Amino acid sequence: MTLGTDLAHSLELRQKPSWRRAKNTLMSVLLGSAVVVVAIPLVLIMYSVFAKGGAILFKSFPAFLTHDIPPTRAAGPGMGPAIVGTLLITGMATLIAVPLGVLGAIYLNEYGVKSKFAQAVRFLALVMTGVPSVVMGLFVYVVWTLHHSITPPHELTGFQGFGGSLALACLMLPIVINATEQMLKLVPDGLREASYALGATKTRTVLTVVLPAAGSGIVSGALLAVARAAGETAPLLFTIGATRVINTSLFHGDSTALSARIFENAKEAVANAQERGWGAALALVLLTFTLTVIARVTTAFATRIK
Amino acid sequence: MATQPDLRGKGQPADKTFGGLAIGAAALVLLILALIAITMTSRALPVLRHMGLGFFTSSTWSEHDNNFGALPFIWGTVYTAFIAIVLAVPVSLGVALFITQVAPPKLKRPLVYLIDLLAVVPSVVFGLWGVLMLAPHLNRSFLTAGIILAIMIVPIITSLAREVIETTAQADKEAAYALGATRWEMIGAAVLPHSKAGIVGAVMLGLGRAMGETIAAALVIGSSAQIALSPFKSGDSMPAVIANQWGEASELQKSALIALALTLFVMTIIVNLIASRIVQRSLKKTRGA
Repeated sequence: MTLGTDLAHSLELRQKPSWRRAKNTLMSVLLGSAVVVVAIPLVLIMYSVFAKGGAILFKSFPAFLTHDIPPTRAAGPGMGPAIVGTLLITGMATLIAVPLGVLGAIYLNEYGVKSKFAQAVRFLALVMTGVPSVVMGLFVYVVWTLHHSITPPHELTGFQGFGGSLALACLMLPIVINATEQMLKLVPDGLREASYALGATKTRTVLTVVLPAAGSGIVSGALLAVARAAGETAPLLFTIGATRVINTSLFHGDSTALSARIFENAKEAVANAQERGWGAALALVLLTFTLTVIARVTTAFATRIK
Repeated sequence: MATQPDLRGKGQPADKTFGGLAIGAAALVLLILALIAITMTSRALPVLRHMGLGFFTSSTWSEHDNNFGALPFIWGTVYTAFIAIVLAVPVSLGVALFITQVAPPKLKRPLVYLIDLLAVVPSVVFGLWGVLMLAPHLNRSFLTAGIILAIMIVPIITSLAREVIETTAQADKEAAYALGATRWEMIGAAVLPHSKAGIVGAVMLGLGRAMGETIAAALVIGSSAQIALSPFKSGDSMPAVIANQWGEASELQKSALIALALTLFVMTIIVNLIASRIVQRSLKKTRGA
């Protein structure tokens, strides 16, 4: 390789040794300070969320999680409808995106492999991960929400939780596909061949041998996608509407979500609303962190077994 | 994935159904992307017919006289993303190099977790913090938006850069040390030349993310349709204006907002395509070697 000579050329070793050592120390300190620079906003944000959010969430503990949302100017707790909405909307999105994503990945890794179509899907899934969430939201508004709205005299907005689920599912799908395919790739071919040798069909091999072998990895990838979806706001703005009371239906009437509530409350100049915004932020952060930690533990657990 | 001998005729219909389901799920990706392009274009047509090319070149956005010029928002998107990149790249590179080259092994994992933690915080929480804690000091401006976006893209750039840097051949690093290089000289001679392309790709992926980020920008950018060079002025970006104006938009205005989304879609796809090309090429090259 020519790398050796390139390397020698790009090294300038003729400066004074003391200066070279000083430069080395200086740069190590600079690199270390980059970590500090990243840690500062993280610490500041976490401090605000836990201090201000905790003040309302823990002061009125179960009430904050269960009560209806009071009018903007009123003081006091209540994010129940948003919590119910987030859980239902994200849950439904998971039910849609995870099976489809896993199936898609099964096609890519077990059927298509290097075919032109599989290559194209792999590539487009990558493209799809980059689609801004606001675009996904408007897309679902156009193809779903609009078709469920009726113009006057029967005023119906078409807002419903399910529209939000669809938008979130569109965002999750490529993530689940990518993560699952990576996991399926790790399953050794020997397992598949052993299954075929026993006379199993391809379907049976995939469902009873390959999927269980990659199971914990897939679960962890899916959980990370869920955590990301639970925090999304933009896709919900155009699809779910808004409500101050608990709506347990995804198909009838407006819904709401923690992220959407944080956005609305952040825009208010009213201290009481902002306070509830911080509380909702803490609830949302705790939810996404919990999902992430479970995903990490699943991964660690899986790698230990192997 | 050896092809299995056909020993049992019975299983075949079920087998075909499952294979069909799988291919259908994969095709869904294609279908959704195509639908986005088609439906968004058809919804954007009214305003594009009304404004012509003026949609991209006019700098006035006024819903009262139905004049929709997207230039201020295109400017705001590009400008805030640029500020975010300028702030985020040195920091991300520093962190990636620190984790891979400088940090003692024991510290590596906690540092990676710290960066991951930043990636898990929902964007609306960054926005809430930005508007209530940062904006009182810096006003709502391009700079405030740029700072918030920078915080959000640091984990993306860091983790990709780290991945690329870690593929540097041990032999090259040892060769540099053997020639008497200090650690910093080794990084300059072996690590950076090797990782250059991959880092560029990582930065572009961060750029794509920064351009598409909606909620945080919508809260802190200041919502005024002006083209200003000063980072301390308030402005607006494409995703932010969509989020802020949608609720009370007229029919033509909705079409204009969808046209903005379409423009954003095309811009981010171009950036992401270039980025993933670069990243994959550099990863493939190094893994193959």
